Amino acid sequence: MIAATKVIAVAHTVSPGLWALAWTRLKSDHVGMVSLAIVAAFIVMMVLSALGLIAGDWAKETGINYAPPSFLGDDIEAGARTGAVTSPAGTPGEPGSETRPGGVDPLADAPAEPKEGAKPAEAPATETNGDGGKSVDPLADVMADIKAGAAREAAKGGAVPAEVRAATLPFGGDKWGRDVLKKTIKGSQTSIFVGLAAAAVAVFLGTVFGALAGYYGRWVDDFFNWFYSVFNSIPYLLLILAVAAVLQQKGVLTIILILGLTGWTGTFRLIRGEYLKHKAREYVQAADAIGASHLRRMFVHIFPNVSHVVLVQLSIYAVGFIKAEVILSFLGFGVPVDVVSWGSMLNEAQNELILGKWWQLAAATTAMALLVTAFSLFTDALRDALDPKLKGRSGA
Amino acid sequence: MRAYIIRRLWQMIPTMLGVILLVFILFNWIGGDPAYVLAGKISNQEQIDNIRRQLGVDQPAWVQLWIFIKQVLTGDFGASWSTNEKVGQILATRLGPSLTVLVPLLVIETLTAIGLALAVAYVRGALTDRAVMILCTVGLSISILVYIIVFQYFFAYKLGWFPVQGWGNGFLENLFVYASLPILIGLVVSIAPNLRLYRTFFLDEINQDYVRTARAKGLSENRIMWIHVLRNASIPIITHLMAGLPALLLGQFLIERFFSIPGIGREVILAVERSDFPVIKAITVYVAFATIATNLLADLMYKAVDPRVQLK
Repeated sequence: MIAATKVIAVAHTVSPGLWALAWTRLKSDHVGMVSLAIVAAFIVMMVLSALGLIAGDWAKETGINYAPPSFLGDDIEAGARTGAVTSPAGTPGEPGSETRPGGVDPLADAPAEPKEGAKPAEAPATETNGDGGKSVDPLADVMADIKAGAAREAAKGGAVPAEVRAATLPFGGDKWGRDVLKKTIKGSQTSIFVGLAAAAVAVFLGTVFGALAGYYGRWVDDFFNWFYSVFNSIPYLLLILAVAAVLQQKGVLTIILILGLTGWTGTFRLIRGEYLKHKAREYVQAADAIGASHLRRMFVHIFPNVSHVVLVQLSIYAVGFIKAEVILSFLGFGVPVDVVSWGSMLNEAQNELILGKWWQLAAATTAMALLVTAFSLFTDALRDALDPKLKGRSGA
Repeated sequence: MRAYIIRRLWQMIPTMLGVILLVFILFNWIGGDPAYVLAGKISNQEQIDNIRRQLGVDQPAWVQLWIFIKQVLTGDFGASWSTNEKVGQILATRLGPSLTVLVPLLVIETLTAIGLALAVAYVRGALTDRAVMILCTVGLSISILVYIIVFQYFFAYKLGWFPVQGWGNGFLENLFVYASLPILIGLVVSIAPNLRLYRTFFLDEINQDYVRTARAKGLSENRIMWIHVLRNASIPIITHLMAGLPALLLGQFLIERFFSIPGIGREVILAVERSDFPVIKAITVYVAFATIATNLLADLMYKAVDPRVQLK
């Protein structure tokens, strides 16, 4: 008897499920896998940055104002700079390599301040008495002494050269000398988090509304269709701006809610269609026959069969919302001033470009283009993998 | 046909009421008391009470709703909170500049996208097709902000080919001097997604039997693509175009803002920045109505393009 069961168990080969099949198909799609790797890298970066493991000190003004990227060299605009400044700039392209672990020296930044804007290239004036004559600030020399002393202290303590402002940074510095590379990482954290969270909210709402409308039909369907056509007749960006005008408060949570509450219509339409199709199928009738409740039929029986649509929607929405967040933050309706996002970086970059400081623009654009391209290609691959019938019809 | 149009117009009413209700709830409840927004920070209770009386916020909700519906029907939204200009006047004067940019952009963009999409769909799978698609995907992933910033810096500021921003008085001056760079940017931004989309529409048609039949009876490839395939693919294209039409009016808001074009889009941004509720309310409601109307227009156009379509 036992042997017989064993035989049956062996003979019974389990056919791979939807997800296993989709994964196999996705793995054979090289473009999709590379995109997935890039998206995963961005998400890991987001998590690390959120935990403060990387780019935690992005707000520290480590370089001179508008420090050029290291790979350009510091001489592109620094005039007669004496070589006394030990530039702690690290290897280009290696995030965090130029960070000084030493604590923040309150005096460190002081000497540079009065000169800010006027002669940014000379800001790391820790050593020179040579150009001290040009300075109108009577305290400059005193401050320079204090600062030099502090630097010596730090050097004695065995730390890396202290709060000398770096002449170059791996990918340049912004107006205040903050490292653009770290800023971009921190900005990615905001933008990606907002995109993913808002997509989750929107897809959740769309799925629940769509499930209710498609499953119950009749007046429930009529109501949600009316609701849908009302939301759908107001252009999306206008609706977002109107909500932003009304809420009057900025914050990451606000923008997630704005995007999520206004963006559910597309998912609703799709999910409603799926539920209409599925509710008449035999397996749902069987569930009804064994006494499953409406909610159980909707979310335990039908939902797994439409979940691939939900997943693809989530991915499409994330891309759209990342782009929308950038525009909103750029306009100043998005994240608050003390939070950095790709949108707020682009806002700063707009003015910097006229001064010829292109690196912040380049950094934010590259990071965003890389993520969004990878995410879109991954979405296409995901859709092809989950629904092979649609293969080759991407873009719609 | 007439019965169909009348029934569709009748069906629009609940949606329009819904839009009015949504805007009303949004601006009168979710946003808190509008009187506080209008009064600003320096105000005492007496002033606020005065404003409340003026706005009618002290009335019961259904009276306020009725006031709002009357405003929508008569088009009289009162004056802007920040400039005291009549809202109707604002909308009327801002529409012209928006359309000056929008209409040429829409015409050029649609024709170019259709032409290019037909071309890449014709050579589907070839290197050109794949290169164009990759280019489109990458182009799509760059924010519209970057295009505007870079183009404005490069073509207007650096090369001086176009004015950096501004708006003139004459229509021709506006069209050929001030609107050219905005139109160019709009073209670059919108061509990538539309090309991708139209290509899939054409690909759906290109493998149909009627194309094979047309080839078999010896029609030229040009005639097959431009007459047979294009006409069959035009229904989804019309859907897409019409659905995007009102949104496009606003979609230009970034361009209008960057180039200081006094259009509807820029007005929305200014209104949001200044919490100018009457202006936002008016624009939201009327743009929503325009969307509903274009949806009907799109359905009527299907009939014109494809006689098989039954209007029910």
